[in-house]
Amino acid sequence: MDLVAEALEGNRYALARLISLVEDDGAEARAALTALYPHTGRAHLVGVTGPPGSGKSTLVNELAKQLRARETTVGIVAVDPTSPFTGGALLGDRVRMRDLAGDPGIFIRSMATRGSLGGLAQATNDVVKVLDAADFDLVLIETVGAGQSEVEIARTAHTTVVLEAPGLGDEVQALKAGMMEIADILVVNKADRPGAAHTARALEMAIRRNAPANDGRWEPPILQTVALDGRGVPEVLKAIEAHREHLETSGVWVKRERMRVEAELLNVLQRELLEGLRARVGEEHLESWVERIAAREVDVYTAVGELCQR
Amino acid sequence: MTEQLRVLIAKPGLDGHDRGAKVIARALRDAGMEVIYTGLRQTPEMIVESALQEDVDGIGLSILSGAHMTLVPRVMEGLREMGLEHVKVFVGGIIPAEDKAELEEMGVAGVFGPGSNTEVVSAFVREQLLEG
Repeated sequence: MDLVAEALEGNRYALARLISLVEDDGAEARAALTALYPHTGRAHLVGVTGPPGSGKSTLVNELAKQLRARETTVGIVAVDPTSPFTGGALLGDRVRMRDLAGDPGIFIRSMATRGSLGGLAQATNDVVKVLDAADFDLVLIETVGAGQSEVEIARTAHTTVVLEAPGLGDEVQALKAGMMEIADILVVNKADRPGAAHTARALEMAIRRNAPANDGRWEPPILQTVALDGRGVPEVLKAIEAHREHLETSGVWVKRERMRVEAELLNVLQRELLEGLRARVGEEHLESWVERIAAREVDVYTAVGELCQR
Repeated sequence: MTEQLRVLIAKPGLDGHDRGAKVIARALRDAGMEVIYTGLRQTPEMIVESALQEDVDGIGLSILSGAHMTLVPRVMEGLREMGLEHVKVFVGGIIPAEDKAELEEMGVAGVFGPGSNTEVVSAFVREQLLEG
């Protein structure tokens, strides 16, 4: 368990290797997470999500830069998709984060989704825990380019920033369920482009009516930024801090933490149970059920009923 | 589950031609690797730092400026200083034959010139990385 001790003491390579270990999962990873867990729960976890090309990495870069100016240490987890065909991935978020190089108060890790849907990787939660335990004050979690249903981030972060850019869709898009409802802070990026005010108005309409999905009295602000040159980013930072304060004073922090843990527990339980069943039943036996279902000899519910009896 | 190979692709130096780097990044992705692409104008220090944070198995450097004999040694040295000797380094670009030999002497695992077949390159990289 030396790796955990070294990472907690601030050894950056130990931290990097610990993240890989956790990402690859397995018995060692679980033992490491057990040792880490008492050290977690201190960092403010901030999610940044939005459609591809809306400027997530650029905003993350600018947020981290401005946080560093206030001596806040920042961990960054940037997720990009894995190819379902080859298992490979191109992780390109660092291209926009070059300003952050050489700063020991920053640690950036790129992650591939490795087959997971929902905008994050299966292991993102655990990688965030590693950075939290390593004493980063704030962890920025950037999702894959997300559309409408990649809302996993709301179950991982305390504060979710949803990015939009002008010209990506009409009001009806904004009215659809999903992304808008998980936003604690809405940002219209690329606000120097035509249509930004219109987009902001459309969002206003959408969220003011969707509001009940959010906690109590927090009204998600709608902000405009030009992340590329930093315009409007101080206001986003202020909103992130205000949201944290709101979470703490209203008691929602504790409530959210419980919801997070509950979702995590169910998620891990589901995974474990499935893996356990797979091991018990055996791939071949499972295969034979697949064939019988495909041949219409039996339906899927009967098959599952039988499998769960074993 | 087998361990997922991770490779950093970087362009040190000041030339602004990143087409080759992108082509290789894509080829390695298609060969099933996780490729961390860092973009243009990276200093050797930035490359070593990224390699450390990302815990990669290998680094591909694309250099077309002719500065490979100053840039590559700095990367190699930085890796040694950080205790990252196990990270394999590959160089792509316009590299004269005598420099190629010298780079290999320095510990570079592979040197590829213009027009290299991307499938051959990615197969070679994979083999080298799996060797550990």
